[in-house]
Amino acid sequence: MNRLDISAARPTESVLSTNKLIKNTYILLSMTLLFSAVTAAASVMLNVPGWTYMASIIGAFLLIWLVLPRTANSSTGLVVVFGITGLMGFGLGPILNMYLSMANGPQIVGTAMAGTGIIFLGLSGYALSSKRDFSFMGGFLVAGLLVVFMAILANLFIALPALQLAISAAVIMLMSGFILYDTSRMVNGGETNYIMATIGLYLNIYNIFIHLLSLLGALSGDD
Amino acid sequence: MDWTKIIWAVAIVAMILVLWPRAKQMMKDTPKAEKGDWQAVVLPLAFVAGFVILLIMLV
Repeated sequence: MNRLDISAARPTESVLSTNKLIKNTYILLSMTLLFSAVTAAASVMLNVPGWTYMASIIGAFLLIWLVLPRTANSSTGLVVVFGITGLMGFGLGPILNMYLSMANGPQIVGTAMAGTGIIFLGLSGYALSSKRDFSFMGGFLVAGLLVVFMAILANLFIALPALQLAISAAVIMLMSGFILYDTSRMVNGGETNYIMATIGLYLNIYNIFIHLLSLLGALSGDD
Repeated sequence: MDWTKIIWAVAIVAMILVLWPRAKQMMKDTPKAEKGDWQAVVLPLAFVAGFVILLIMLV
């Protein structure tokens, strides 16, 4: 059976619930991104120490692994999502302060933000309008993610700048693939929980922003 | 050695260990791509790559 035909053959209730899922996901995603921006601005102004990034990421991932799966089907899940995204936004403070202290820092940060927004809107819009089923990418994306984790682990100790650039480029491409995959899962019924859908898309956007910032910072020529 | 590197390393190993069973399952369960499926992915990703190169040239 051609997977392209699945959405066309779905009953009206299913289409309505998919539309509701997409609407709720994008509303929650907008709110969490805004909340993240507020906590990031607070941490920039407070000039928090460098280890805050690590502590925030570890704290957020503990919430994602241990708390979110148990609360995603209740209203508590909303509080947890804001906790995760607020924490991850707060962790951005030391990174943003580092880039903002560069000669063309504000331009780099602004370009990374705008670039991330354009990449997300373009890819998500493409997946929504084409209604294609990108589920065939799942295995490839998750295998790529494991390879990237191993490369990041290795680069912690060998610290090669070229490998760091390659990792950033790979993460941007992988997260772009995940945006197509996650959006198509919402459209084609693979994901029915808007809280889980939101956190997936949020992580894609967050990672693209961090790694675009890293690429722009390293290759801008003014550092 | 910087203590933050050790904590990062432990966190990344934990992420790999948590992800591993789900990754194995996903690799097993992923449906095979049909004709034209990868083309529909390569094109937007090529645009992303081109866009990132453009942004690098702009800053």
